[in-house]
Amino acid sequence: MSDTDTEDTLPERLPLDAWHRDHGARMVPFAGYEMPIQYAGEHGGIVAEHNWTRQSVGLFDVSHMGQLTVSGEGATAALETLLPGALSTLKPGNMRYSLLLDENGGILDDLIVTNISRDGVEEFYIVVNGAVKWDDIAHLREHLPDDIVLNHMADQALLALQGPKAAEVLDSIFPGVAEQLSFMQGTGFEWEGVMIGVGRSGYTGEDGFEINCPASHVVKLADLLVADGRVNPVGLGARDSLRLEAGLPLYGHDLTTETDPVSAGLLFALTKSRRESGGWMGHGPVAQVLAEGPKQKRVGLTLEGRQPGREGALVFSGDTQVGTITSGGFSPTLGHPIAMAYVDAEFTQEGTPLDVEVRGKRLPAKVAPLPFVPHRYHRKGA
Amino acid sequence: MPRYFTEEHEWIEVDGDTATIGITDYAQEQLGDVVFVEVPQTGAELAKGAEAAVVESVKAASDVYAPISGTVLEGNAALEADPELVNTSPDDEGWFFKLTVADKDELEGLMDAKAYKAFCDSL
Repeated sequence: MSDTDTEDTLPERLPLDAWHRDHGARMVPFAGYEMPIQYAGEHGGIVAEHNWTRQSVGLFDVSHMGQLTVSGEGATAALETLLPGALSTLKPGNMRYSLLLDENGGILDDLIVTNISRDGVEEFYIVVNGAVKWDDIAHLREHLPDDIVLNHMADQALLALQGPKAAEVLDSIFPGVAEQLSFMQGTGFEWEGVMIGVGRSGYTGEDGFEINCPASHVVKLADLLVADGRVNPVGLGARDSLRLEAGLPLYGHDLTTETDPVSAGLLFALTKSRRESGGWMGHGPVAQVLAEGPKQKRVGLTLEGRQPGREGALVFSGDTQVGTITSGGFSPTLGHPIAMAYVDAEFTQEGTPLDVEVRGKRLPAKVAPLPFVPHRYHRKGA
Repeated sequence: MPRYFTEEHEWIEVDGDTATIGITDYAQEQLGDVVFVEVPQTGAELAKGAEAAVVESVKAASDVYAPISGTVLEGNAALEADPELVNTSPDDEGWFFKLTVADKDELEGLMDAKAYKAFCDSL
Protein backbone atom coordinates (compact mmCIF):
# COMPACT_ATOMS: atom_id res chain seq x y z
CA MET A 1 0.00 0.00 0.00
CA SER A 2 1.96 2.96 -1.16
CA ASP A 3 -0.92 5.41 -1.21
CA THR A 4 0.18 7.39 1.76
CA ASP A 5 -1.14 10.89 1.94
CA THR A 6 1.05 13.24 -0.01
CA GLU A 7 -0.70 16.38 1.22
CA ASP A 8 0.67 18.24 4.19
CA THR A 9 -2.72 18.24 5.85
CA LEU A 10 -3.50 15.69 8.53
CA PRO A 11 -5.50 12.69 7.40
CA GLU A 12 -9.22 12.93 7.99
CA ARG A 13 -11.14 10.53 10.16
CA LEU A 14 -13.80 8.19 8.84
CA PRO A 15 -17.24 8.07 10.45
CA LEU A 16 -16.27 4.61 11.72
CA ASP A 17 -12.84 5.70 13.03
CA ALA A 18 -13.52 4.88 16.68
CA TRP A 19 -15.31 1.68 15.71
CA HIS A 20 -12.23 0.48 13.81
CA ARG A 21 -9.95 1.25 16.76
CA ASP A 22 -12.34 -0.55 19.12
CA HIS A 23 -12.06 -3.57 16.85
CA GLY A 24 -8.27 -3.55 17.07
CA ALA A 25 -7.53 -1.93 13.73
CA ARG A 26 -4.09 -0.68 12.87
CA MET A 27 -4.77 2.64 11.19
CA VAL A 28 -2.63 3.99 8.35
CA PRO A 29 -2.93 7.11 6.19
CA PHE A 30 -4.52 6.29 2.83
CA ALA A 31 -6.22 8.55 0.30
CA GLY A 32 -6.33 11.40 2.79
CA TYR A 33 -7.93 9.36 5.57
CA GLU A 34 -6.77 7.26 8.46
CA MET A 35 -7.89 3.82 7.43
CA PRO A 36 -7.72 0.32 8.90
CA ILE A 37 -5.04 -1.74 7.16
CA GLN A 38 -5.73 -4.82 9.28
CA TYR A 39 -7.33 -5.83 12.55
CA ALA A 40 -5.98 -7.56 15.64
CA GLY A 41 -7.31 -10.73 17.20
CA GLU A 42 -8.06 -14.28 16.25
CA HIS A 43 -9.46 -13.44 12.80
CA GLY A 44 -7.13 -10.50 12.22
CA GLY A 45 -4.12 -10.15 9.93
CA ILE A 46 -4.09 -9.75 6.16
CA VAL A 47 -4.03 -13.45 5.26
CA ALA A 48 -6.70 -14.42 7.82
CA GLU A 49 -8.95 -11.54 6.72
CA HIS A 50 -8.36 -12.40 3.08
CA ASN A 51 -9.25 -16.06 3.57
CA TRP A 52 -12.26 -15.18 5.70
CA THR A 53 -13.63 -13.07 2.85
CA ARG A 54 -13.15 -15.90 0.37
CA GLN A 55 -14.86 -18.40 2.71
CA SER A 56 -17.46 -16.37 4.61
CA VAL A 57 -18.04 -12.60 4.66
CA GLY A 58 -15.74 -9.61 5.12
CA LEU A 59 -16.97 -6.14 6.07
CA PHE A 60 -14.95 -3.32 4.53
CA ASP A 61 -15.26 0.38 5.30
CA VAL A 62 -14.89 2.23 2.01
CA SER A 63 -16.32 5.53 3.22
CA HIS A 64 -13.21 7.31 1.89
CA MET A 65 -14.57 6.83 -1.61
CA GLY A 66 -16.42 9.68 -3.25
CA GLN A 67 -20.17 9.29 -3.52
CA LEU A 68 -21.71 11.66 -6.03
CA THR A 69 -25.06 12.20 -7.66
CA VAL A 70 -25.57 13.83 -11.03
CA SER A 71 -29.12 14.87 -11.82
CA GLY A 72 -31.33 17.11 -13.89
CA GLU A 73 -32.90 17.11 -17.31
CA GLY A 74 -30.24 16.05 -19.79
CA ALA A 75 -28.01 14.43 -17.14
CA THR A 76 -27.78 11.22 -19.19
CA ALA A 77 -26.53 12.97 -22.30
CA ALA A 78 -24.27 15.29 -20.32
CA LEU A 79 -22.55 12.41 -18.50
CA GLU A 80 -22.15 10.54 -21.77
CA THR A 81 -19.87 13.33 -23.00
CA LEU A 82 -17.47 12.42 -20.17
CA LEU A 83 -17.86 8.63 -19.85
CA PRO A 84 -17.14 6.16 -22.68
CA GLY A 85 -19.95 3.83 -21.63
CA ALA A 86 -23.58 4.15 -22.72
CA LEU A 87 -25.92 5.50 -20.06
CA SER A 88 -28.96 5.93 -22.31
CA THR A 89 -29.32 2.14 -22.37
CA LEU A 90 -28.60 1.68 -18.67
CA LYS A 91 -31.94 0.91 -17.04
CA PRO A 92 -32.89 2.40 -13.69
CA GLY A 93 -31.52 0.15 -10.95
CA ASN A 94 -28.62 -1.03 -13.09
CA MET A 95 -24.95 -0.26 -12.53
CA ARG A 96 -22.04 0.01 -14.93
CA TYR A 97 -18.26 0.20 -14.57
CA SER A 98 -16.94 3.24 -16.39
CA LEU A 99 -14.04 5.66 -16.63
CA LEU A 100 -13.27 9.34 -16.59
CA LEU A 101 -10.82 10.07 -19.38
CA ASP A 102 -8.80 13.18 -20.17
CA GLU A 103 -8.46 14.76 -23.63
CA ASN A 104 -5.58 12.39 -24.42
CA GLY A 105 -7.55 9.29 -23.52
CA GLY A 106 -5.60 8.91 -20.27
CA ILE A 107 -7.52 7.52 -17.32
CA LEU A 108 -8.45 10.11 -14.68
CA ASP A 109 -10.37 7.59 -12.60
CA ASP A 110 -12.47 4.45 -12.76
CA LEU A 111 -15.92 4.44 -11.24
CA ILE A 112 -19.26 2.69 -10.89
CA VAL A 113 -22.34 4.53 -12.06
CA THR A 114 -25.88 3.50 -11.08
CA ASN A 115 -28.98 4.80 -12.82
CA ILE A 116 -31.21 5.97 -9.94
CA SER A 117 -33.68 7.88 -12.13
CA ARG A 118 -37.24 7.86 -10.82
CA ASP A 119 -40.52 9.27 -12.04
CA GLY A 120 -38.89 10.57 -15.20
CA VAL A 121 -36.23 12.55 -13.31
CA GLU A 122 -32.76 11.66 -14.60
CA GLU A 123 -30.33 10.91 -11.79
CA PHE A 124 -27.12 8.90 -11.47
CA TYR A 125 -25.24 7.75 -8.37
CA ILE A 126 -21.50 7.53 -8.95
CA VAL A 127 -18.82 6.07 -6.70
CA VAL A 128 -15.28 7.27 -7.43
CA ASN A 129 -11.89 6.58 -5.85
CA GLY A 130 -11.12 8.37 -2.60
CA ALA A 131 -7.63 9.51 -3.57
CA VAL A 132 -8.83 11.44 -6.62
CA LYS A 133 -12.39 12.35 -5.67
CA TRP A 134 -11.69 16.09 -5.40
CA ASP A 135 -10.10 16.11 -8.85
CA ASP A 136 -13.05 14.14 -10.21
CA ILE A 137 -15.52 16.60 -8.73
CA ALA A 138 -13.60 19.53 -10.26
CA HIS A 139 -13.45 17.75 -13.63
CA LEU A 140 -17.16 16.94 -13.62
CA ARG A 141 -18.15 20.43 -12.49
CA GLU A 142 -15.97 22.01 -15.16
CA HIS A 143 -17.40 19.95 -17.98
CA LEU A 144 -21.02 19.39 -17.01
CA PRO A 145 -23.51 22.11 -18.03
CA ASP A 146 -24.42 24.52 -15.24
CA ASP A 147 -28.01 23.29 -15.02
CA ILE A 148 -26.90 19.74 -14.23
CA VAL A 149 -26.73 19.26 -10.47
CA LEU A 150 -23.57 17.61 -9.09
CA ASN A 151 -23.92 16.64 -5.46
CA HIS A 152 -21.10 15.27 -3.30
CA MET A 153 -22.66 13.11 -0.58
CA ALA A 154 -19.93 14.03 1.89
CA ASP A 155 -21.89 12.78 4.90
CA GLN A 156 -22.67 9.39 3.40
CA ALA A 157 -20.75 6.34 4.61
CA LEU A 158 -20.08 3.29 2.41
CA LEU A 159 -19.60 -0.29 3.55
CA ALA A 160 -18.80 -3.31 1.43
CA LEU A 161 -20.07 -6.71 2.51
CA GLN A 162 -18.16 -9.30 0.48
CA GLY A 163 -18.01 -13.07 0.38
CA PRO A 164 -19.92 -16.22 -0.52
CA LYS A 165 -22.26 -15.83 2.45
CA ALA A 166 -22.89 -12.10 1.95
CA ALA A 167 -26.37 -12.65 0.48
CA GLU A 168 -27.45 -14.82 3.41
CA VAL A 169 -26.20 -12.22 5.87
CA LEU A 170 -27.86 -9.35 4.04
CA ASP A 171 -31.09 -11.31 3.88
CA SER A 172 -31.14 -11.75 7.65
CA ILE A 173 -30.93 -7.97 8.13
CA PHE A 174 -32.80 -6.63 5.10
CA PRO A 175 -35.10 -9.50 4.08
CA GLY A 176 -35.79 -9.77 0.38
CA VAL A 177 -33.18 -7.25 -0.80
CA ALA A 178 -30.54 -9.73 -1.98
CA GLU A 179 -32.95 -11.82 -4.02
CA GLN A 180 -34.14 -8.85 -6.06
CA LEU A 181 -30.58 -7.94 -7.09
CA SER A 182 -28.33 -9.52 -9.68
CA PHE A 183 -24.64 -8.55 -9.99
CA MET A 184 -24.42 -4.83 -10.87
CA GLN A 185 -27.93 -3.93 -9.78
CA GLY A 186 -28.87 -1.59 -6.98
CA THR A 187 -31.84 -0.47 -4.96
CA GLY A 188 -32.73 1.92 -2.17
CA PHE A 189 -35.06 1.73 0.81
CA GLU A 190 -35.79 3.25 4.18
CA TRP A 191 -34.13 1.87 7.30
CA GLU A 192 -34.30 3.37 10.79
CA GLY A 193 -35.77 6.54 9.33
CA VAL A 194 -33.03 7.12 6.75
CA MET A 195 -32.56 6.11 3.12
CA ILE A 196 -29.89 3.56 2.41
CA GLY A 197 -28.68 2.28 -0.93
CA VAL A 198 -27.55 -1.26 -1.70
CA GLY A 199 -25.74 -2.35 -4.84
CA ARG A 200 -24.71 -5.91 -5.65
CA SER A 201 -21.10 -5.10 -6.44
CA GLY A 202 -17.66 -4.93 -4.91
CA TYR A 203 -13.98 -5.25 -5.59
CA THR A 204 -13.00 -8.66 -4.25
CA GLY A 205 -14.25 -10.99 -7.01
CA GLU A 206 -16.78 -12.45 -4.58
CA ASP A 207 -20.51 -12.01 -4.49
CA GLY A 208 -21.33 -9.08 -2.28
CA PHE A 209 -22.93 -5.74 -1.68
CA GLU A 210 -21.97 -2.13 -1.23
CA ILE A 211 -24.22 -0.38 1.24
CA ASN A 212 -24.38 3.38 1.63
CA CYS A 213 -26.05 5.07 4.55
CA PRO A 214 -25.79 8.41 6.35
CA ALA A 215 -22.65 8.67 8.51
CA SER A 216 -24.95 9.15 11.51
CA HIS A 217 -26.21 5.57 11.14
CA VAL A 218 -23.09 3.71 10.05
CA VAL A 219 -21.95 2.59 13.50
CA LYS A 220 -25.33 1.01 14.07
CA LEU A 221 -25.20 -0.71 10.68
CA ALA A 222 -21.63 -1.95 11.15
CA ASP A 223 -22.50 -3.30 14.62
CA LEU A 224 -25.51 -5.09 13.21
CA LEU A 225 -23.43 -6.68 10.45
CA VAL A 226 -20.54 -7.91 12.61
CA ALA A 227 -22.98 -9.20 15.24
CA ASP A 228 -23.52 -11.96 12.67
CA GLY A 229 -20.86 -14.60 13.32
CA ARG A 230 -20.32 -15.03 9.60
CA VAL A 231 -19.01 -11.45 9.31
CA ASN A 232 -15.61 -10.08 10.34
CA PRO A 233 -14.13 -6.65 9.63
CA VAL A 234 -11.47 -6.68 6.92
CA GLY A 235 -8.87 -3.99 6.29
CA LEU A 236 -7.19 -2.39 3.31
CA GLY A 237 -4.39 -4.94 3.21
CA ALA A 238 -6.71 -7.83 2.37
CA ARG A 239 -8.80 -5.58 0.14
CA ASP A 240 -5.67 -5.13 -1.96
CA SER A 241 -4.73 -8.83 -2.09
CA LEU A 242 -8.35 -9.80 -2.87
CA ARG A 243 -8.72 -7.37 -5.76
CA LEU A 244 -5.31 -8.39 -7.11
CA GLU A 245 -6.36 -12.05 -7.18
CA ALA A 246 -9.59 -10.97 -8.88
CA GLY A 247 -7.53 -9.20 -11.57
CA LEU A 248 -9.16 -5.86 -10.81
CA PRO A 249 -7.01 -2.81 -11.50
CA LEU A 250 -6.37 -0.24 -8.78
CA TYR A 251 -6.43 3.42 -9.71
CA GLY A 252 -3.12 5.19 -9.13
CA HIS A 253 -1.26 1.93 -9.69
CA ASP A 254 -2.62 -0.10 -12.62
CA LEU A 255 -4.55 2.83 -14.05
CA THR A 256 -3.19 6.37 -14.37
CA THR A 257 -3.37 9.26 -16.82
CA GLU A 258 -0.44 7.53 -18.56
CA THR A 259 -2.62 4.51 -19.32
CA ASP A 260 -5.56 4.29 -21.70
CA PRO A 261 -8.58 1.95 -21.56
CA VAL A 262 -7.39 -0.21 -24.45
CA SER A 263 -3.93 -0.90 -23.02
CA ALA A 264 -5.54 -1.40 -19.62
CA GLY A 265 -7.75 -4.17 -21.01
CA LEU A 266 -10.94 -2.31 -20.13
CA LEU A 267 -12.64 -2.54 -23.51
CA PHE A 268 -15.81 -3.73 -21.80
CA ALA A 269 -16.09 -0.24 -20.31
CA LEU A 270 -16.29 1.25 -23.82
CA THR A 271 -19.77 0.53 -25.08
CA LYS A 272 -19.38 -0.89 -28.61
CA SER A 273 -21.56 1.61 -30.45
CA ARG A 274 -19.80 4.48 -28.72
CA ARG A 275 -16.31 3.25 -29.69
CA GLU A 276 -17.16 4.37 -33.22
CA SER A 277 -19.69 7.13 -32.68
CA GLY A 278 -17.52 8.88 -30.11
CA GLY A 279 -18.89 11.99 -28.46
CA TRP A 280 -16.92 11.44 -25.25
CA MET A 281 -13.77 13.08 -23.97
CA GLY A 282 -10.66 11.21 -25.06
CA HIS A 283 -12.41 9.37 -27.90
CA GLY A 284 -9.97 10.44 -30.65
CA PRO A 285 -6.78 9.16 -29.01
CA VAL A 286 -8.54 6.02 -27.70
CA ALA A 287 -9.95 5.25 -31.17
CA GLN A 288 -6.44 5.54 -32.54
CA VAL A 289 -5.10 3.01 -30.02
CA LEU A 290 -8.02 0.75 -30.89
CA ALA A 291 -7.23 0.99 -34.60
CA GLU A 292 -3.48 0.56 -34.29
CA GLY A 293 -3.46 -1.83 -31.36
CA PRO A 294 -1.87 -0.90 -28.01
CA LYS A 295 1.92 -0.85 -27.64
CA GLN A 296 1.62 -2.40 -24.19
CA LYS A 297 -1.14 -4.32 -22.47
CA ARG A 298 -2.03 -4.99 -18.87
CA VAL A 299 -1.47 -8.68 -18.15
CA GLY A 300 -1.33 -11.02 -15.21
CA LEU A 301 1.97 -12.60 -14.18
CA THR A 302 2.52 -15.59 -11.95
CA LEU A 303 5.96 -15.82 -10.38
CA GLU A 304 7.88 -18.95 -9.49
CA GLY A 305 9.04 -19.35 -5.90
CA ARG A 306 7.69 -17.27 -3.04
CA GLN A 307 9.28 -13.86 -3.43
CA PRO A 308 6.78 -11.26 -4.66
CA GLY A 309 7.52 -8.80 -7.44
CA ARG A 310 5.96 -5.51 -6.46
CA GLU A 311 4.93 -2.25 -8.07
CA GLY A 312 7.79 -0.78 -10.08
CA ALA A 313 9.65 -4.06 -10.64
CA LEU A 314 10.93 -4.32 -14.22
CA VAL A 315 9.86 -7.16 -16.50
CA PHE A 316 12.36 -8.70 -18.94
CA SER A 317 12.40 -11.02 -21.90
CA GLY A 318 16.01 -12.15 -22.03
CA ASP A 319 18.07 -8.99 -21.64
CA THR A 320 15.39 -6.66 -22.95
CA GLN A 321 13.10 -4.78 -20.64
CA VAL A 322 9.58 -5.33 -21.97
CA GLY A 323 7.41 -4.09 -19.13
CA THR A 324 6.85 -2.96 -15.55
CA ILE A 325 4.81 -4.37 -12.69
CA THR A 326 2.06 -1.99 -11.56
CA SER A 327 0.83 -4.05 -8.62
CA GLY A 328 2.02 -7.30 -7.19
CA GLY A 329 2.08 -9.36 -4.06
CA PHE A 330 1.65 -12.78 -2.59
CA SER A 331 -1.64 -14.54 -3.32
CA PRO A 332 -2.98 -16.12 -0.11
CA THR A 333 -5.49 -18.19 -2.11
CA LEU A 334 -2.96 -19.58 -4.59
CA GLY A 335 0.09 -19.69 -2.33
CA HIS A 336 2.46 -18.00 -4.75
CA PRO A 337 3.24 -14.47 -5.93
CA ILE A 338 1.08 -12.79 -8.57
CA ALA A 339 1.27 -9.43 -10.27
CA MET A 340 -0.25 -7.18 -12.87
CA ALA A 341 2.12 -5.58 -15.35
CA TYR A 342 2.10 -3.52 -18.52
CA VAL A 343 4.07 -5.52 -21.05
CA ASP A 344 4.95 -4.91 -24.72
CA ALA A 345 2.11 -6.34 -26.83
CA GLU A 346 4.24 -9.05 -28.49
CA PHE A 347 4.97 -10.62 -25.08
CA THR A 348 1.41 -10.73 -23.76
CA GLN A 349 0.40 -14.18 -25.00
CA GLU A 350 -0.71 -16.43 -22.17
CA GLY A 351 2.17 -18.61 -21.00
CA THR A 352 4.93 -16.35 -22.35
CA PRO A 353 7.98 -16.84 -20.11
CA LEU A 354 9.36 -13.58 -18.71
CA ASP A 355 11.63 -12.53 -15.85
CA VAL A 356 10.91 -10.05 -13.09
CA GLU A 357 13.81 -8.17 -11.56
CA VAL A 358 13.62 -8.03 -7.78
CA ARG A 359 16.60 -6.70 -5.83
CA GLY A 360 18.98 -7.36 -8.66
CA LYS A 361 17.78 -10.94 -9.14
CA ARG A 362 15.73 -12.28 -12.02
CA LEU A 363 12.68 -14.26 -10.93
CA PRO A 364 11.04 -16.50 -13.57
CA ALA A 365 7.45 -15.56 -14.36
CA LYS A 366 4.74 -16.42 -16.87
CA VAL A 367 1.95 -14.40 -18.44
CA ALA A 368 -1.27 -15.64 -16.84
CA PRO A 369 -4.93 -15.03 -17.58
CA LEU A 370 -6.89 -12.59 -15.40
CA PRO A 371 -8.54 -13.08 -13.00
CA PHE A 372 -6.08 -15.27 -11.10
CA VAL A 373 -8.93 -16.51 -8.89
CA PRO A 374 -12.29 -16.96 -10.64
CA HIS A 375 -15.01 -14.38 -9.97
CA ARG A 376 -18.04 -15.65 -8.11
CA TYR A 377 -20.49 -12.87 -8.89
CA HIS A 378 -24.19 -13.60 -8.58
CA ARG A 379 -25.85 -13.37 -11.97
CA LYS A 380 -29.53 -14.15 -12.13
CA GLY A 381 -30.29 -17.08 -14.33
CA ALA A 382 -26.65 -18.08 -14.30
CA MET B 1 23.00 -16.52 27.21
CA PRO B 2 22.73 -12.76 26.86
CA ARG B 3 20.30 -11.41 24.36
CA TYR B 4 20.69 -7.94 22.86
CA PHE B 5 18.26 -5.82 20.89
CA THR B 6 18.52 -3.06 18.28
CA GLU B 7 16.27 -0.13 17.46
CA GLU B 8 15.66 -1.90 14.13
CA HIS B 9 13.88 -4.61 16.13
CA GLU B 10 16.44 -7.35 15.75
CA TRP B 11 17.57 -9.61 18.55
CA ILE B 12 21.10 -10.96 18.90
CA GLU B 13 21.80 -13.90 21.12
CA VAL B 14 25.47 -14.38 21.92
CA ASP B 15 26.98 -17.75 22.83
CA GLY B 16 30.75 -17.46 23.07
CA ASP B 17 31.91 -16.22 19.66
CA THR B 18 28.68 -17.09 17.90
CA ALA B 19 25.70 -14.78 17.54
CA THR B 20 22.23 -15.83 16.40
CA ILE B 21 20.12 -13.07 14.87
CA GLY B 22 16.41 -12.78 14.37
CA ILE B 23 13.66 -10.19 14.40
CA THR B 24 11.54 -9.47 17.44
CA ASP B 25 7.93 -10.25 18.13
CA TYR B 26 7.21 -6.53 17.77
CA ALA B 27 8.80 -6.56 14.30
CA GLN B 28 6.89 -9.60 13.06
CA GLU B 29 3.68 -8.09 14.38
CA GLN B 30 4.36 -4.93 12.39
CA LEU B 31 5.26 -6.87 9.23
CA GLY B 32 2.24 -9.11 9.30
CA ASP B 33 2.10 -12.46 7.51
CA VAL B 34 5.60 -13.32 6.31
CA VAL B 35 5.65 -15.08 2.93
CA PHE B 36 9.32 -15.09 1.98
CA VAL B 37 12.70 -14.81 3.70
CA GLU B 38 16.09 -14.63 2.05
CA VAL B 39 18.96 -15.37 4.41
CA PRO B 40 22.66 -14.67 3.73
CA GLN B 41 25.03 -17.25 2.27
CA THR B 42 27.32 -19.19 4.58
CA GLY B 43 30.73 -17.55 4.55
CA ALA B 44 29.46 -14.09 3.67
CA GLU B 45 31.37 -11.33 5.44
CA LEU B 46 28.96 -8.81 6.81
CA ALA B 47 29.90 -5.37 8.07
CA LYS B 48 27.76 -3.84 10.79
CA GLY B 49 24.79 -2.15 9.12
CA ALA B 50 25.11 -4.08 5.83
CA GLU B 51 22.06 -5.65 4.19
CA ALA B 52 21.98 -9.19 5.49
CA ALA B 53 18.53 -10.61 4.79
CA VAL B 54 15.23 -9.80 3.15
CA VAL B 55 11.86 -10.45 4.71
CA GLU B 56 8.69 -10.06 2.69
CA SER B 57 5.22 -10.02 4.13
CA VAL B 58 1.98 -9.91 2.17
CA LYS B 59 2.16 -6.17 2.69
CA ALA B 60 5.74 -5.15 2.05
CA ALA B 61 9.41 -6.02 1.65
CA SER B 62 11.90 -5.13 4.38
CA ASP B 63 15.65 -5.40 4.74
CA VAL B 64 17.30 -6.92 7.76
CA TYR B 65 20.66 -5.33 8.45
CA ALA B 66 23.60 -6.97 10.20
CA PRO B 67 23.45 -5.55 13.73
CA ILE B 68 27.12 -6.44 14.26
CA SER B 69 29.98 -7.41 11.95
CA GLY B 70 30.89 -11.02 11.38
CA THR B 71 31.13 -14.03 9.08
CA VAL B 72 27.93 -15.91 8.36
CA LEU B 73 28.04 -19.45 9.74
CA GLU B 74 24.57 -20.52 8.69
CA GLY B 75 21.28 -19.16 7.45
CA ASN B 76 18.08 -20.71 8.77
CA ALA B 77 17.19 -23.13 5.98
CA ALA B 78 13.80 -23.87 7.56
CA LEU B 79 12.59 -20.40 6.59
CA GLU B 80 12.68 -21.27 2.90
CA ALA B 81 9.83 -23.75 3.25
CA ASP B 82 8.20 -22.20 6.32
CA PRO B 83 8.65 -18.43 6.28
CA GLU B 84 5.68 -18.16 8.65
CA LEU B 85 8.02 -19.39 11.44
CA VAL B 86 8.99 -15.71 11.67
CA ASN B 87 5.40 -14.99 12.77
CA THR B 88 4.78 -18.05 14.90
CA SER B 89 8.17 -18.30 16.62
CA PRO B 90 10.12 -15.05 16.09
CA ASP B 91 12.29 -15.51 19.19
CA ASP B 92 13.22 -19.11 18.56
CA GLU B 93 12.57 -21.24 15.45
CA GLY B 94 12.21 -18.16 13.26
CA TRP B 95 15.86 -17.10 13.68
CA PHE B 96 17.45 -15.69 10.52
CA PHE B 97 21.19 -16.39 10.60
CA LYS B 98 24.20 -17.11 12.80
CA LEU B 99 27.54 -15.41 12.55
CA THR B 100 30.92 -15.37 14.25
CA VAL B 101 31.28 -12.20 16.26
CA ALA B 102 34.10 -10.15 14.74
CA ASP B 103 34.25 -7.48 17.40
CA LYS B 104 32.62 -7.90 20.79
CA ASP B 105 32.86 -4.16 21.39
CA GLU B 106 30.05 -3.75 18.86
CA LEU B 107 27.70 -5.33 21.40
CA GLU B 108 28.21 -2.34 23.66
CA GLY B 109 25.43 0.13 23.29
CA LEU B 110 22.86 -2.46 22.22
CA MET B 111 19.77 -2.72 24.39
CA ASP B 112 18.97 -5.46 26.87
CA ALA B 113 15.46 -6.92 27.11
CA LYS B 114 14.29 -4.34 29.62
CA ALA B 115 15.61 -1.37 27.64
CA TYR B 116 14.12 -2.79 24.45
CA LYS B 117 10.71 -3.18 26.06
CA ALA B 118 10.85 0.44 27.21
CA PHE B 119 11.89 1.42 23.67
CA CYS B 120 8.88 -0.41 22.14
CA ASP B 121 6.53 1.10 24.72
CA SER B 122 7.73 4.54 23.69
CA LEU B 123 6.83 3.98 20.01
